[in-house]
Amino acid sequence: MTPTPHRPHPEIFDIAVIGGGIVGSAIARELSGHDVSVALLEARDDVGDGTSKANTAILHTGFDAKPGTLESRLVARGYHLLSDYAKATGIPVEHTGAVLVAWNQEELDALPALKEKAEANGYEHCRIVDADEVYRVLPDLGEGVLGGLAVPDESIICTWTTNLALATDAKQRGTTLLLEHAVTGIDVGDDATTLYTARGDVRARWVVNAAGLGADMIDQLFGHDRFTVTPRRGELFVFDKLARPKVGKIVLPVPSSRGKGVLISPTIYGNVMLGPTAEDLTDRTNTATSEDGYDFLLSKGARLMPSLLSEEVTASYAGLRAAIDRDDYLIEATPEQRYLLVGGIRSTGLTAGIAIAEHVTGLLAETGLGLRSRSDLPAPPRMPNIGEATTRPYQDTDLIAEDTAYGTIVCFCERVTEGEIRDACHAPVPARSLEGLRRRTRAMNGRCQGFFCGAAVAALRTQHQTDDGCCSQHKDK
Amino acid sequence: MTHQLPLIEPDVLIIGGGPAGLTAAAELVDRGAGRVMVVDREKHAGGIPRHSDHTGYGLRDLRRVMTGPAYARHLTDRATRSGAEIRTSTMVTGWSDQHTVDVTSPEGRYQIRARAIVLATGARERPRTARRIPGDRPHGVYTTGQLQNLVHLHHQPVGKRAVIVGGELVSWSAAMTLREAGCTPALMISKYPKAESYGAFNAAGRTILRVPVATRSRVTQVLGKGRCEAVEIEHLDTGKRRTVECDTVVFTGDWIPDHELVRSAGITLDESTLGPLTDTALRTSRPGVFAVGNMLHPVDTADVAALDGKHVAQQVINHLDGRSKPAEGVRLIADAPFRWIAPQILRPGDPAPARDRLLLWTDEFVRFPRVTVRQDGRVVTRRTLAWPAAPGRVFRIPSSVLDGISRTGGPVHITM
Repeated sequence: MTPTPHRPHPEIFDIAVIGGGIVGSAIARELSGHDVSVALLEARDDVGDGTSKANTAILHTGFDAKPGTLESRLVARGYHLLSDYAKATGIPVEHTGAVLVAWNQEELDALPALKEKAEANGYEHCRIVDADEVYRVLPDLGEGVLGGLAVPDESIICTWTTNLALATDAKQRGTTLLLEHAVTGIDVGDDATTLYTARGDVRARWVVNAAGLGADMIDQLFGHDRFTVTPRRGELFVFDKLARPKVGKIVLPVPSSRGKGVLISPTIYGNVMLGPTAEDLTDRTNTATSEDGYDFLLSKGARLMPSLLSEEVTASYAGLRAAIDRDDYLIEATPEQRYLLVGGIRSTGLTAGIAIAEHVTGLLAETGLGLRSRSDLPAPPRMPNIGEATTRPYQDTDLIAEDTAYGTIVCFCERVTEGEIRDACHAPVPARSLEGLRRRTRAMNGRCQGFFCGAAVAALRTQHQTDDGCCSQHKDK
Repeated sequence: MTHQLPLIEPDVLIIGGGPAGLTAAAELVDRGAGRVMVVDREKHAGGIPRHSDHTGYGLRDLRRVMTGPAYARHLTDRATRSGAEIRTSTMVTGWSDQHTVDVTSPEGRYQIRARAIVLATGARERPRTARRIPGDRPHGVYTTGQLQNLVHLHHQPVGKRAVIVGGELVSWSAAMTLREAGCTPALMISKYPKAESYGAFNAAGRTILRVPVATRSRVTQVLGKGRCEAVEIEHLDTGKRRTVECDTVVFTGDWIPDHELVRSAGITLDESTLGPLTDTALRTSRPGVFAVGNMLHPVDTADVAALDGKHVAQQVINHLDGRSKPAEGVRLIADAPFRWIAPQILRPGDPAPARDRLLLWTDEFVRFPRVTVRQDGRVVTRRTLAWPAAPGRVFRIPSSVLDGISRTGGPVHITM
């Protein structure tokens, strides 16, 4: 591990970033690459525990963005930045490619315009293919495919590791990570802004609001009334890994006015995902799945790939996207308040995160905030590999020879070893709960959902928690 | 990762150290099969009985009754004493060829190639997600396996008030575990008109455990942020829904074989049991690869699984000796109200199935079941059995009902 550079904990941070999701973590990391002190405030007891943990985990080329928007530009740039960052840190990525499948004449007719749109977004590799070609690469698709648009660079990625890598990197660059710091009040003073939280006040000269689902509320605490976040619920099914051979590529629907629709995608952990639904809610905490959602997904699945439905469901979950009442990201600085809003970042934020951070840094620099690049940056963290496509610890002969804990498989379905669980509990941003452990190792995320390993994993967590004294505020056992 | 892994070559490899695998190991060594190795991915051999801390084990195979943990120890000791080699914390992670598997263990990664392989990987309960039950995702939702592991092996607390989903034998086992952990089993939920398990056991269950049973019901939602708060249940006939408060939910029964190795090998599955398709000699579709236990009949009692292990031993030895020449056989097909039958193939010259019993699963309760066997449009046997057919447990039929069939004819249909 790279040593953490010693940075004295200042009374007033130069910049406080609210929100420890992908976007907030990326911003904190980028800012910490400059000669400023940064605090990253997260309402929950772990980074990436809100919107960022439950998306479709696709690394987007940005082929289908609205040309000319900030989103289009940042997604396209983010694709390259995140691809490079993934190589440097070990974030699992698989370049599977995608096929946008047309099931009726109207959809077939829409393909040329989609190809032109991709080109307007600077993405040149889309190709219109006929039905035979679609079935050649996806033989298990249901009957009735008329054609498709191939998007060879669309990829799958691990959203959890991305978030953790960014937060770990930020921390190693000197960011102060403040978990369980939900901001409940804001007081903009002459020199510093005070953020009130149940865990104490945090003061900073500048504040960046990357609070995702809560971004409009933070914005209101600053006295603004410029947008509303609508929690848009997306429910998903994750099917057993044994179904993975059926789905070699991301299967996208032709977008309609109702949004992007239901897709079938391989996951980086070797499963198959079906979803999401799209339902606007009012309750920002409602991540329950629903009967209607299940019925909808199953009826879609029956059309898209009937044989998929006879496979076991490993998991189902619902995520909330931060949909806002406009078509683009809303990134604006208010220099007189020393405040910058990063709002309306929907699922493309996973891809765009690092580019958003770059953009934000540029905006802050324009306001006159002194941002000098540091020359003493630690190397990016090397993240544990939880992806299925490359060697995992249980497959690594040399690693096991060095440390038998990597040869002791605890979670059988996901083949997670004792060594990985131990490491996750002692990582720079450690697992503080079973949920946190799941996202760092995949333990208990498999087909048995803890039938065999649940108790053993819980015992290991307790054991290692005692060792390093990480505080748990979580209620799980 | 390209360098060659070390290879060991026993005569027989048994994958899974539960009752079926351990019994097979002991019998194989006793009958001179040579070097017999059992691998198990858990820290200790013994399988599910290890954490089923109540009595009722060993009746059919050992002719005595003991607790699950004692039974697990007994079978482990017997296999060890016979000279079988048991390797625990050793997980088979895949196949490198037809008879060679890759394993990971604390000692490292290596390969095992055997002249015969016996798959004994058992079954697990479908968790809530696999049953596609929507709602919140709170803590306190378990399968029986996880519950018993938590309570009996890790001595962890569970909640105070539980709902048990299912009315199988294992559901009552869950109720006992909950009681022991100081958690009240407040309601058992079954889709059937009566709780499925043995009548006598039910009565005892009701009086001793005092667990009310909501029959003809299903769970429609799990509720609760953080910790489980309630489940919503629906009456299947009236459609009426109500909420039952609980901080713990145990999803019991609804078994699925742990068939990952079978599927990844490309071995033919039976579409109904989802275990490998087997004949009465317990051969799978891959020559030299056999299967035993609850992977074949998800799920029968541990002693019946153990007796599969005993039954397979001679078949494996016949294979090792080159005396096993499987001929074309006939398919046994279970028609409604049966859900599945095991084994599924009867070949000329093959032995009767283990214990001379065919194992079936029924979706209907029939007190005096009249079983009909047909082949090529002809009724071969009609027989009324003296024991009821009940959902939630295996229904056993003497294999003598097949006596009149032609082993070279068309598929054999069995119904009730």
